[in-house]
Amino acid sequence: MKKMLNLSSNPHIRDEVNTAEIMRDVVIAMIPTTLYGIIQWGLNPALVVLFTVAVAVLSEFLYEKFMKMPITIGDWSAAVTGLILALNCPPDIPVWIPCVGAVFAIIAIKMLYGGLGKNWMNPALGARCFLLISFAGKMTGWTTIGADALSGATPLAYLKAGGDMAKINICDMFLGRIPGTIGEVSKLCLLFGAAYLIIKKVISPKIPLVYIGTVAVFTLLFGGHGFDVTYLCSEILGGGLIFGAFFMATDYVTSPITPNGQIIYGVILGIMTGLFRLFGGSAEGVSYAIILTNIIVPIINLKTIPVAFGREGEKK
Amino acid sequence: MGVTTFKGGVHPYDGKDLAKDQAIVELKPQGLMVYPLSQHIGAPAKPLVAKGDRVLVGQKLAEAAGFISSTVVCSVSGTVKAIEKRLSAGGAMVDAIVVENDQQYEAIEGFGQARDYTKLSREEIVNIVKDAGIVGLGGAGFPTHVKLMPKDADKIEYFLVNGAECEPFLTSDYRDMMETPEKIIGGLKVVLSLFPKAKGMICVEDNKPEAIKLLTEKASGESNIEVVSLQTKYPQGGERQLIFATTGRKINSSMLPADAGCIVDNADTMVAIYEAVCESKPLVRKILTVTGDAVVKPANFKVPLGMSYQEIIDQAGGFKDDPEKIICGGPMMGIPLFKLDVPVAKNSSSIIALLHDQVSSEPTTACINCGRCVEACPENLIPTMLMKASLSKDTEKFASLYGMECIECGCCAYVCPAKRPLTQAFKEMKRRVNAERKAAAAKAKAEEEAKAAETKSTEEVKK
Repeated sequence: MKKMLNLSSNPHIRDEVNTAEIMRDVVIAMIPTTLYGIIQWGLNPALVVLFTVAVAVLSEFLYEKFMKMPITIGDWSAAVTGLILALNCPPDIPVWIPCVGAVFAIIAIKMLYGGLGKNWMNPALGARCFLLISFAGKMTGWTTIGADALSGATPLAYLKAGGDMAKINICDMFLGRIPGTIGEVSKLCLLFGAAYLIIKKVISPKIPLVYIGTVAVFTLLFGGHGFDVTYLCSEILGGGLIFGAFFMATDYVTSPITPNGQIIYGVILGIMTGLFRLFGGSAEGVSYAIILTNIIVPIINLKTIPVAFGREGEKK
Repeated sequence: MGVTTFKGGVHPYDGKDLAKDQAIVELKPQGLMVYPLSQHIGAPAKPLVAKGDRVLVGQKLAEAAGFISSTVVCSVSGTVKAIEKRLSAGGAMVDAIVVENDQQYEAIEGFGQARDYTKLSREEIVNIVKDAGIVGLGGAGFPTHVKLMPKDADKIEYFLVNGAECEPFLTSDYRDMMETPEKIIGGLKVVLSLFPKAKGMICVEDNKPEAIKLLTEKASGESNIEVVSLQTKYPQGGERQLIFATTGRKINSSMLPADAGCIVDNADTMVAIYEAVCESKPLVRKILTVTGDAVVKPANFKVPLGMSYQEIIDQAGGFKDDPEKIICGGPMMGIPLFKLDVPVAKNSSSIIALLHDQVSSEPTTACINCGRCVEACPENLIPTMLMKASLSKDTEKFASLYGMECIECGCCAYVCPAKRPLTQAFKEMKRRVNAERKAAAAKAKAEEEAKAAETKSTEEVKK
């Protein structure tokens, strides 16, 4: 043997999965809903998606270049952030607005805190809320679909304003024939993507199911409509809950890592969303619920550290 | 009863097809034989021979020096050339007895004589095991006679024979089970005679159906021996995982299996016990797998202890190409070798030579908190949090997060998509915590002594 042998601590074999593959899977899972948005609303959503993703990736690249850090855009995480942000914008948004949001998401929320894995808030959602505050009108200007659709309001906003329940069509809501953001409307496409992520073991359905379940219970208890299936389905399918629950509440970096913490996180998200929707000023509440609950994730983690194998029933 | 598996664990590519059908071949060494005095857990053995002495197969070269220690027995006949520092597979320079092999294989009197264990007393059996230098052959090398002497023999309810062989690539235990099942069962019968209330269980992962079938057949006449099929999952053969899977009982880092009424021993250890007690052959051999994609002909060998790994590789046909990494043991927990010129010891293990080192080719990236390590940890730990404590060398935090429960199985680092060296960090931290605890205990003891001395002197002054 001529060559020197490699030495390293065990284990000497590693699973094939790496960060880039996981992030790429998240992007793949969002392709159906992205295509649906583009097909339903045309060119502008396509440009929004393209430019927001490009700006997000470019922001990370330039920041790292400027700070003389290793370039990490190859891990696909910036693309995920850009895509989620784009899908969270209304279809008619001027393209420059989500681009500003992408810069904010990457630079202010992600890179300034140390980059991937260090941010405490979901970058895409943080940026969405930043845009909601800065460009309130533009961020909530909904495009009408079809002739007999609800005019310029999402089902949630329509119901909140005391709209007629009879005009709500659950099938349209499930398929996506309702006003809303580019990526949140088609529950069919979203669930398709979510199933892909669950099958590929990228996400566990735990947080989304607990979250959606809590919203359902909260709505039943405090919605003021009793056990009304149409109202309940509207709350679950009419807004950003499905998108938020499967694609944003499951963000690794900003959700708890302990098994019990994940359940608690889902419950808190559900309660927060219910509070915002039923008692707040806006019809939506998913984004704010997620970014605000992100703040207490470290505390949830610390309080839910599981007891080690064989240490149960011991005093610490 | 048991659930035949545990929570957590991983399913790496098992690579066992390379060598699993290769019958065990006995190798005869040509070169110098090296017997480290410390090839077990516990105090190094005390040499009984001197330079120039003629030694025989089965002769004690060194005797156990203390309760937890083990005898070293010669595997060839020849002349003691030196007692000097030699490199061990673990990477340390250790005292070793070097014997020049005369190729005669002349054995001591009575070597290989049949013996009826039912006529032996408890003490006699334990002494035979001790004198035979038997230690756990799974890799840890804990002296077996110590395991056979728990505080209360009546409290032992299960004697578990670990035939899980959950490490990828390794097939030596499988070959043992296929070729000498009667010796495994024989060894188990010997130890069961020491524990009247214990039930024997031979635990095999269900990826070895032939072994399960064969052992079940051979053990069919034994009322207190059962062959248990375990779910195939790494680290199924971990002591704590095995006990849980078969009995539903849990032990932690501060307990011994005996605290849960169990004794666990490797399948090959059973063979060694059988050979020592029933055939009067002390432990002078080791079954090894030589495998990996760099090996010309993956195979299983029976080699005399003390033979150099280099010679084994040469006799096995050498390498196809220069390997990038050579592992002594399994790929999940084995140690890498930087030199093949080290002796086979009781606690050293199989050889896996890999053309490509996956670890060095994959850069470490940032933790994304994905939780795969949490899911994989068989000890229910949160490796990400332990890693943070490790990076800041926060021993207190590490211990409070149950870091000392880590069994170093490698599952967390195996699944990590960011390729972080989690297991490595935890191994280091555990040693750091132990060193701190030892230092604190020593300091407390010194202070107490100083105080005692002070009170004594003041008392003297008063007098």
